[in-house]
Amino acid sequence: MHAENEKNSKIIEFAALGLMVPIITFGIYVIAHGHLTPGGGFQGGAIMATAFALLFVSLGKKAIESIKGEVLVALECIALIGFIGIAFLGMGNTFFFNFLANSGVLFGEKVPFGPNSGIFSSAGVIPLMNFFVGLEVCCGLTLIFFLIFKGAD
Amino acid sequence: MILNSYFLAVALLSLVGFYALVFRSNMIKITMGLAIIASAVNLFLISLGYRYCGIAPIFTDAPIDPSQSQLKMVLPVPQALTLTSIVISLAVTALMLSLSVLLYRKTKSLDIRDIKEALSND
Amino acid sequence: MIEFFSTNGIALLIAVPLLSAFLTPLFEKINRFLRNLYIIFSVIVTVTIGFFVSYTIFVSGTLVYTLGATEPGLTMPSGLRVPVRIVLVADAFSAFMILSSSIIFFVSTIYSFGSIRKGFGKYFSLFFIMAASVFGILCTGDLFNLFVFIEILSISSTGLIAFRKEKPLSLISAYNYLIVSAVASLMILFGIGILYGQYGMLNIAAVSRAIKFSFVDVFAMVLLIAGLAMKCGSVPMHFWVPDAYGRAPSAVTAFLVVSSQASLYALFRVSFMLFAGFSLIQLVALAIITFGLLSMFIGVTMALVQKDIKRLMAYHAVSQTGYMLLGVGVGLFSINTTFYSHGLLAMEGGIFHIINHALYKGLLFLTAGAIIYATKERDLNKIGGIARKMPFTTIFFIIGAAAIAGLPPTNGFASKFLIYESVFVFNPLLSIIAVIVSMLTLISFVKIFCSAFLGPEREELKNIKEVPKPMLVAMSLLALCIISFGLFPDSVLKAIIEPAAKALLSQGAYLEAVF
Repeated sequence: MHAENEKNSKIIEFAALGLMVPIITFGIYVIAHGHLTPGGGFQGGAIMATAFALLFVSLGKKAIESIKGEVLVALECIALIGFIGIAFLGMGNTFFFNFLANSGVLFGEKVPFGPNSGIFSSAGVIPLMNFFVGLEVCCGLTLIFFLIFKGAD
Repeated sequence: MILNSYFLAVALLSLVGFYALVFRSNMIKITMGLAIIASAVNLFLISLGYRYCGIAPIFTDAPIDPSQSQLKMVLPVPQALTLTSIVISLAVTALMLSLSVLLYRKTKSLDIRDIKEALSND
Repeated sequence: MIEFFSTNGIALLIAVPLLSAFLTPLFEKINRFLRNLYIIFSVIVTVTIGFFVSYTIFVSGTLVYTLGATEPGLTMPSGLRVPVRIVLVADAFSAFMILSSSIIFFVSTIYSFGSIRKGFGKYFSLFFIMAASVFGILCTGDLFNLFVFIEILSISSTGLIAFRKEKPLSLISAYNYLIVSAVASLMILFGIGILYGQYGMLNIAAVSRAIKFSFVDVFAMVLLIAGLAMKCGSVPMHFWVPDAYGRAPSAVTAFLVVSSQASLYALFRVSFMLFAGFSLIQLVALAIITFGLLSMFIGVTMALVQKDIKRLMAYHAVSQTGYMLLGVGVGLFSINTTFYSHGLLAMEGGIFHIINHALYKGLLFLTAGAIIYATKERDLNKIGGIARKMPFTTIFFIIGAAAIAGLPPTNGFASKFLIYESVFVFNPLLSIIAVIVSMLTLISFVKIFCSAFLGPEREELKNIKEVPKPMLVAMSLLALCIISFGLFPDSVLKAIIEPAAKALLSQGAYLEAVF
């Protein structure tokens, strides 16, 4: 917990802000390549949330005041609705049906058999779901850190 | 035999976790005990699918004809199970910690037996 | 349209409450009226789907639904079929449970509109997640998803038990509940992992076909059954029940009864589907019967000495769980023996008791909630003479108490009588214990009735009023169900109980339907 009059040095604050950029970029990379590498929404989201945890630890009260819990809750809800919404869109066949795979439209390219480097625009709805899961996990974990730091009821 | 040593680790870890759960009364330590048991179960699941010198199970790394290839992949399903169970144990840990925070603020104590006694006296 | 609902109904049953759980906070941001309208709309949709799904199953048999594909299995080039996909399966027993959960879900939602005063959006978010996970447990055909739904259930119900977070006692109860259910679900996961390591499959039907009952499988069985028994509040692990039931908001308590019955459902599903062919299954059945008897007896004796009205009722819930375990345990014992017809009858009694317990225990918890709402007091010694001020609540309490004690015009009589009659053939002693427990239950409720409702009016309770209308409507719906189930037990038995008991006993049909 942060004491009120305690102040971190400028170096720590600056380094934390600087580190946020590569951490979030890496998180987005892990989410975006979730269908091609061992990774995905949860892992990438957790990585992104560590950036916010770093922010809370280094900036203390300043960071807590600049973030609104309600926004995080709303984003989380939107992400989960997006996830379930995509599952509902497959309802023409069955729930969770991958209607974009091999369709040629969005993320719809076929992946050839045999060892290859993988095509980014493949796997249908899975990258979209990874994106929503990533957003959800990032917001959820940030919300947990936020509430524990802030100590709200 | 030496390859099965992870089952020993699973047993040891769950014993450590149960010890913390049963004999400790500090709420943070109880949470840690539960997290240790969860890791033991995760280790068990992941070791079920492990194959010696296997590679990550990714579709684009798979050879066209598996029977001709020396390449071995670990089982993907236990990894998916482990990931799900990690997510769930994360949620449980977060919930337990937040309950501990709330209880600490109300009673100024982290010891669950003390809290129970204090509350039953009221 | 009807076609669409009858094929996709099971998936919608889980998806609709889950979607509503995350839409409710967004609607809350817009405006309160819209949010209430949305909550009512989506509860009605969910319950309608629930009724429709169970009707479809009773009429046309087991429903199987594959998520994300059209076929549950994959046929390999060598001709081997492997069930790789996640399936939802609902047979007559699930349909029966869906029916009972839908009724309680509907009623406790109505009740919440009267009893919950603040934090409405968060409350309903958690409530919808809880409903989705209960329906998920009832519909899943996959062991790992069973675990996932059980965990979601325990996390969301922990949130609801700790809902009155300004009171340290409810936080402690939630903490205890969370520890017990987390350990239980880790045991379940361990058991599932062992089964997966042996057979490489997670589909319940496929594992049931492949299972060989080696030593390791028996270990998995012990872990699974112990974990699920911990979650359903049977005796060796019953201590979380009075805390959790006693401290949660009353509408939640009514739904918690259903959610522990969902764990009971999983226990029966696992022991009947996976392990019914086990050579020592009668030992398992005896263990279930013993736990049932212990639960009955310990629950009721602990209830007699309680002063807190909701804790008292919670101990009765433990004792009533014993009746279900007893009935179904005798049924499990009688598989492949000469008792079969009596076993079936005992099963019917046990299963009938599940829905009856959900109804009358729900009603009793709601009346207890109404008393606490009106008097702000939960100690029985400090409540007295409220019958004149709260006439409707009194009537509903009498109906609920008559049902739990098994008096004739109510549903409790029908199921308890079935259990006594059939268990008597199995072993007269069990039947006698059951009757004694029933009498003790009656004594305990007469005690509450005399001390809380009758007697002189207390000075500090002069100004109490009858509770708000939504709460009365909720209670009257349950009372209506109890009376109608009690008046026409034969038709209820024929229509829903018998198919459910047969579905549980004939695992062949389940296997045929799934894989």
